[in-house]
Amino acid sequence: MTDFTINKDAEGIATITWDTQGKSMNVMNEQGFYDLDALVDDALADDAVKGIIITSGKAGSFAGGMDLNVIAKMKEMAGDSPEQGLFDGLMKMHGILRKIERAGMDPKTNKGGKPVACVMPGTALGIGFEIPLSCHRTFVANNPKAKIGLPEIMVGIFPGMGGTTRLVRKLGAMGASPYLLQGKQLNPAKAKSAGLVDEVCDDPMAAAREWVLSAPKIVKPWDEKGYKMPGGAPYHPAGFQTFVGASAMVSGNTQGAFPAAKALLSAVYEGALVPFDTAIKIEARWFTNVLMNPSSSAMIRSLFINKEALEKGANRPAVADETVKKVGVLGAGMMGAGIALVSAMAGIEVVLIDQKQEAADKGKAYTETYLDKGIKRGKVNAEKKEQVLGLITATTDYAALADADLIIEAVFEDVGIKAEVTKAVEAVISEDCIFASNTSTLPITGLAKASSRPEQFIGIHFFSPVEKMLLVEIIKGKETGDRAVAKSLDYVRQIRKTPIVVNDERFFYANRCIIPYLNEGARMVTEGVAPALIENAARQLGFPLGPLQLIDETSLELGVKISKATKAAMGDAYPADMGPVDDLMYAMVEEGRLGRKSAAGFYAYDEKGKRQGLWEGLGERCPVAAEQPSLIDVQHRLMFAQVLEAVKSLEEGVLEDIREGDVGAILGWGFAPWSGGPFSWLDIIGTPYAAERCNELAETYGDRFTPPALLKEMGDKGQSFYGRFDKAAAKAA
Amino acid sequence: MKDVFIYDALRTPRGKGRKDGSLHEVTASRLSANVLNALKERNNLEGHAVEDVIWGNATQVMEQGACLARTAVLASDLDERIPGLSINRFCASGMEAVNLAANQIAGGAGDGYIAGGVEMMSRVPMGSDGAAVAADPSVAMETYFVPQGISADIIATEYGFTRDQADALAVESQRRAAEAMADGRFDKSVIAVKDVNGLTILDRDEYPRPGTDMQALGALKPAFKDLGEVMPGFDKVALLKYPHLEKINHIHHAGNSSGIVDGSAGVLLGNEEFGKKFGLTPRARIRATAKIGTDPTIMLTGPVPVTEKLLADSGMAISDIDLFEVNEAFASVVLRFQQAFDVDPSLVNVNGGSIALGHPLGATGAIIIGTLLDELERQDKEVGLATLCVASGMGAATVIERV
Repeated sequence: MTDFTINKDAEGIATITWDTQGKSMNVMNEQGFYDLDALVDDALADDAVKGIIITSGKAGSFAGGMDLNVIAKMKEMAGDSPEQGLFDGLMKMHGILRKIERAGMDPKTNKGGKPVACVMPGTALGIGFEIPLSCHRTFVANNPKAKIGLPEIMVGIFPGMGGTTRLVRKLGAMGASPYLLQGKQLNPAKAKSAGLVDEVCDDPMAAAREWVLSAPKIVKPWDEKGYKMPGGAPYHPAGFQTFVGASAMVSGNTQGAFPAAKALLSAVYEGALVPFDTAIKIEARWFTNVLMNPSSSAMIRSLFINKEALEKGANRPAVADETVKKVGVLGAGMMGAGIALVSAMAGIEVVLIDQKQEAADKGKAYTETYLDKGIKRGKVNAEKKEQVLGLITATTDYAALADADLIIEAVFEDVGIKAEVTKAVEAVISEDCIFASNTSTLPITGLAKASSRPEQFIGIHFFSPVEKMLLVEIIKGKETGDRAVAKSLDYVRQIRKTPIVVNDERFFYANRCIIPYLNEGARMVTEGVAPALIENAARQLGFPLGPLQLIDETSLELGVKISKATKAAMGDAYPADMGPVDDLMYAMVEEGRLGRKSAAGFYAYDEKGKRQGLWEGLGERCPVAAEQPSLIDVQHRLMFAQVLEAVKSLEEGVLEDIREGDVGAILGWGFAPWSGGPFSWLDIIGTPYAAERCNELAETYGDRFTPPALLKEMGDKGQSFYGRFDKAAAKAA
Repeated sequence: MKDVFIYDALRTPRGKGRKDGSLHEVTASRLSANVLNALKERNNLEGHAVEDVIWGNATQVMEQGACLARTAVLASDLDERIPGLSINRFCASGMEAVNLAANQIAGGAGDGYIAGGVEMMSRVPMGSDGAAVAADPSVAMETYFVPQGISADIIATEYGFTRDQADALAVESQRRAAEAMADGRFDKSVIAVKDVNGLTILDRDEYPRPGTDMQALGALKPAFKDLGEVMPGFDKVALLKYPHLEKINHIHHAGNSSGIVDGSAGVLLGNEEFGKKFGLTPRARIRATAKIGTDPTIMLTGPVPVTEKLLADSGMAISDIDLFEVNEAFASVVLRFQQAFDVDPSLVNVNGGSIALGHPLGATGAIIIGTLLDELERQDKEVGLATLCVASGMGAATVIERV
């Protein structure tokens, strides 16, 4: 079956329709290109055909883009010399789009040729927008929900099918930058005013037909003599400023950590200095370079393929549908209010309970404020607000929970209080109801002791702020049953977040990895490492916040509380090397430097609570040493502090699936997205090097860097994590 | 190796590098020809007198393009058998011309050379010749390119110089330049720029602002703060390269940075035979030359490592140097040099520098060698070192010794 079909009518219009089998939206694969090519050849060669319309067989969309599974595998499929194979393959595809664009025109005079229109019923992304860009005129349905753009940069690549070269020639380097560098997407009306598409109409097909038959001018500006790039080419005075600024902005915004942005900018710059066909060749060279960079395949794997697999229930037990109809949220504090919000937004009925009615009301008001903001931005209407608020019942009455099928407890982090609440709630809820605790630190197995049905007891760990954070960590206690897992996964799917499922160990997975990152940052301060170096080193790794800033955000008080609780729980096993870190943190809390919430922490804050520079007094407590470590040492300490915990989580069975470890790290705490996650990073640097490097770090900085047995073994054998543990691959095989 | 001597050194006055600057009406080749003709006249350079004219220029496009050196020779009264070589080492081009000529002579490639340079900054603005180092992402991002002003501010941040220190250096540069001019110290080396009819267009430096004080400078806004902190945000690039810094301290402004001016300078170099042939008395010997590449992001620290290299190569010590010319591209460049070698500021830029007098990029290197020589003679001292920081992370230095 082919995804492309052609229909030639009596008026001489050949309509090529794209309709990917078995998908709700068109996606491109290699075969699709060849099928399209054959039909374009046919239409161009047929004297009876006056013009061509390329359109989609899907209502409401043109195409969603390239099949990223194909991109992820292109490198492996490219043969013994993957660089050559990729480049040749890309040039072949460029040839097809260029054929559409030239449409049989005489290369010298630009005479002849057949008009090619693209009719887009709606959304057109990635290659789904690069094909229209190669056509002579684009007609989009007036569909305000449709999105048009080139989101490639968000998965670590860039528009490599001519989208980069064509959009820059259309809009200029500055004009094209939001779409290329940020992946900005627009609705059809905005896309038209931005110059991305030509026409937005109620009946795009009719408009396109009329245009095709009007013997229109079809030559692209960049194929005409005297073409000048909008905004100026790099050595035009205005263009020069743009290009000099662009490198600086991309470096600053990406902290140098995202190779795709750099490659994109090089393709734009070098392409702007040469004629179109040469520019396309340059684009293909840089795109090949990006595809060859292990970062791009790691990012695609984690941020797209595996993220989607987890969202679709890759690790869901095979039990019947557990879609949540009514959720009871216990505790209307910040977390409870956020959970109520995202649940109601997903159309789930919510009972929001607190001890006092005003606290419960305040929790519900959080949703109201959120919706009001949405109304101001034009994203929500009054009807939607009413409907969402109508789903939330704020009350103090446990009886309202009687017909809830999921309870999420978000009360104070105290075993005693949680146990009390669990018992009280179980007294009123139905037999089938699943009880989840949104604890971030307390072991689920322990909390489940208060439950009379521990197989229905589970952890659903949200990150703060709930409405913004994309990850939810589901924790199985020792006795947690499959139905509780399925219920949690179905719920996370309903609220459109990404789940990972882990087993119950101290701090579960996310916090287990984050805490050592924070501690390592604080530890370096105590060693006299320049605090700016610590923070910048983290940012240059692609972390959104340096460890010291993150401590300030989460509060030093919380850090001290966790450390005290850990010490109490571990007794003599508590690591002796935590001494200096604890001393510093305790002392700062003692002085009232609790972080952002007290407007004083590792950073200084102004009266309005706005963060200023690093706190100058820190230097008095921990003088900056004359000799500073290398950037790479600081970075490796920050990376391995987290990554070794991920490895231990796998080793100890907390993690059952490395995909969850990778996706969870990026979505949960912004772990170096360019790396694809902790396990992908270890695969990129290679386990033999990782193990050896950890030994070095252990020797210099302490035993906490000693490679876990698993890493050591894999290093000795030269194994990769995705080679040994990839569940997706195992399933496919 | 043969000894190489400086027989003469002269320059034009420096005109404000703006549309209303006095030299704005003069072409680059005419200003260059003024210098070449003056050298010819003062030293009777009839016929095929020198082997080559090596001419520095940092912006070799338009009227400064297409081997301006040869154009200048043809526009001058020099013999047409004298060729011309245009060179570009940015701010050190004029010095590099001198050093190159000296080393050619020392190596036996000819007896005499004219070396110098020109920059008509009002006519061919800085940056007119493009710059892949800034605009090509493959280079700019890999090397953490930032503009020079940001680099100067990085130096201040890294080495701890304050706005007050920079302003004080600028005030002192103005004071010294004014004193030197009042005292007529530049008179023997500054030639009047004449028009086609022999009328004088400019005969003295017009850039200095005598009487500049701390208060006047204090009112100026840091010139590179917005470029650094707002658009396009070069400070973030700087911190990528210097991650131990928390932020860049922006201390430089028009008043403590070198002035944009038009100007030209030339030096007549030759071996002993050359002097005998033309009946000239050597004024100084070129004792050592050096150039070096340095970190391109902080960019302007070159005077320190190039001086270290020169001293090591020539077996000299910093204490062997009597006077210094360290080009005042930005105040922090000079502050850093003084800090690194712990030299007495009264020995550095005795008659003011580019902050007060201006910095015609391609000419300055030759200018400061001449100024240094004049001052060694005035104070009857022996050994002087001239050095400049250079864009893209380079440095150049020359040591001269009176004979």
